[in-house]
Amino acid sequence: MSEATSQKIPVTVLTGYLGAGKTTLLNRILSENHGKKYAVIVNEFGEIGIDNDLIIGADEEVFEMNNGCICCTVRGDLVRIMDGLMKRKGKFDAIIVETTGLADPAPVAQTFFVDEDVQKNARLDAVVTVADAKWLSDRLKDAPEAKNQIAFADVIVLNKTDLVNKGELAEVEARIRGINPYAKLHRTERCSVALADVLDRGAFDLDRILDIEPDFLEAGDHDHDHDHHHHHGDDHHHHDHGHGHGLKHYHDEDMQSLSLKTDKPLDPNVFMPWLQNLVQVEGGKILRSKGILAFHDDDDRYVFQGVHMMLEGNHQRKWKDGEPRESRLVFIGRELPEKAIREGFESCIVS
Amino acid sequence: MKEFTPAPDSASIVSVTDRVKPVALGMSVTSVQFLRDRAAFVGGEENVKFVDAKGEITTVAVHSGGILSTASDGKRILMGGDDGKVVSLDAKGDVTLLATDPKRRWIDAVALHADGAFAWSAGKVATVKSGKNEEKSLEVPSTVGGLAFAPKGLRLAIAHYNGATLWFPNMEGSAEFLPWAGSHHAVTFSPDNKFLVTAMHEPALHGWRLADNRHMRMTGYPGRVRSMSWSAGGKGLATSGADTVIIWPFASKDGPMGKEPAMLAPLQARVSVVACHPKNDILACGYGDGTVLMVRLEDGAEILVRRNGTPPVAAIAWNAKGTLLAFADENGDGGLLEL
Repeated sequence: MSEATSQKIPVTVLTGYLGAGKTTLLNRILSENHGKKYAVIVNEFGEIGIDNDLIIGADEEVFEMNNGCICCTVRGDLVRIMDGLMKRKGKFDAIIVETTGLADPAPVAQTFFVDEDVQKNARLDAVVTVADAKWLSDRLKDAPEAKNQIAFADVIVLNKTDLVNKGELAEVEARIRGINPYAKLHRTERCSVALADVLDRGAFDLDRILDIEPDFLEAGDHDHDHDHHHHHGDDHHHHDHGHGHGLKHYHDEDMQSLSLKTDKPLDPNVFMPWLQNLVQVEGGKILRSKGILAFHDDDDRYVFQGVHMMLEGNHQRKWKDGEPRESRLVFIGRELPEKAIREGFESCIVS
Repeated sequence: MKEFTPAPDSASIVSVTDRVKPVALGMSVTSVQFLRDRAAFVGGEENVKFVDAKGEITTVAVHSGGILSTASDGKRILMGGDDGKVVSLDAKGDVTLLATDPKRRWIDAVALHADGAFAWSAGKVATVKSGKNEEKSLEVPSTVGGLAFAPKGLRLAIAHYNGATLWFPNMEGSAEFLPWAGSHHAVTFSPDNKFLVTAMHEPALHGWRLADNRHMRMTGYPGRVRSMSWSAGGKGLATSGADTVIIWPFASKDGPMGKEPAMLAPLQARVSVVACHPKNDILACGYGDGTVLMVRLEDGAEILVRRNGTPPVAAIAWNAKGTLLAFADENGDGGLLEL
């Protein structure tokens, strides 16, 4: 699995509302001395001030799959561009897709779930969202796109922190956490973030769905087996906030995350149909889902992830000796039917 | 052809693998066309390699980047590249630059007409150049997925999202939209000019009977159809995308409506390319596991041309007379077979 995965070209999706600093981050990635070659897919109508050999203009054409699933939209232009890029294999090491400020990241991610050819050659690495520390709070009120981008993110680069005071920063972070407590959050000025924090994250790699604990609960937890480059000192804010205490708790009116946990085994014959049905019925509202599951009479961990109605899952590995056999699920979405989801989940527990 | 009948005591299918002249192209290959009696293997980027009957290879540089689209009429190959250029390559090996996109956009699709007219697309715009006439362009609602000229008259089919557009470039306001939800890629007219068929992004073909625009849904494929080829006389449309060659019947006026397709040459691998013989009811097909077969349409009898165990077959073609078969896998290991 990991060998096959490593041969696939990683694709990083860069989102963020207008003016947040996507292009700054992109140029930062490209100009750093990493010895890697990137193919960059940008919106052809956007402002282009990017210094790179391989830049492809995309037009963000989204179309619905003909499979009766209304939220199953893919980026048709991306299918076409990936097909063309694969003719130049070996000329680049990774792909970065920069979306427009108003784009929904879901069709980009879904393209990697549904398109066989895209899947064969490339893997979605992570959705990185650049957010403007000064203006994000306002945008979360008036721009549904901005909220989508935060909710969808695996990594959030909270940029322009020099333009706000400590209180304002705490406020905007709390608002982000109210929507998406699971993304890795990095505070930056002029998008100065370590490349390892935005690239090669493996956020969509089932083998690396390890810690689905909220990011700010990780203080003191140094089990970062994939965070080798943790040298940028963002740990301090974890300690500042302890386990979330002192952080103002915002509950976003329409976008939330929901986490479920049990230390009792789940019945796969009940759970699987329940999950399938849940994403079929509520997939329009569920932006992202992830889970690590302990099934009854099963010595293997089962992991899954999903985007809207699309799910993928697999047995991952044996539960280790002494490892608590817990099942944990996370949903991020809009107007999630919390009570129904909790009750449904409870009914999957072997009594 | 008598070769299809195995000797009475033979346990397996007839094999001609020992008669294939191996060709090592040393580049990734995306298609092959014959120009006279030389096979022209089109690379993933930059070059075309001619291979003559002796197996001698001549390399011709055609693009300064990826080669995205190819069409051929047997006299020349038209290609579009990610360098924004449309070029043609003739049988002598001469390259002619035909057009350059002003913004250097990718040339996603190209088409060639029997009378020498040609077409290309970049983004949503399809352009036709016919003889000495000036270029004519048409913008369709979304990015062009494929182009094809009708066998009669100067008429272009443009596949895009949610359908296809038929257009007479020399008639103002002639664009006619044929709707069908979904994303349409490759497009082809039946040789009798009665049907239009598109290969969709989803694993299906869609067809229209042009007399009344009646729909024909051709579904059931496990994978996307990337290769289509009309059999001699246009009686059937052979396609890739399944673990058998799927051949839709087009001999009657209703085309494949209400009929089952023929399913030939089943293997434990997916068909990746098909090429029907230009004269006889035979086709050649390549598979995802590297196998190449020749198949008789009448009864499905098979001849093994190449064994499995290599990357997917990416290119296959007959010469115009049907006496030579050329093929190559994705990595550029191929062969020539003289019949």
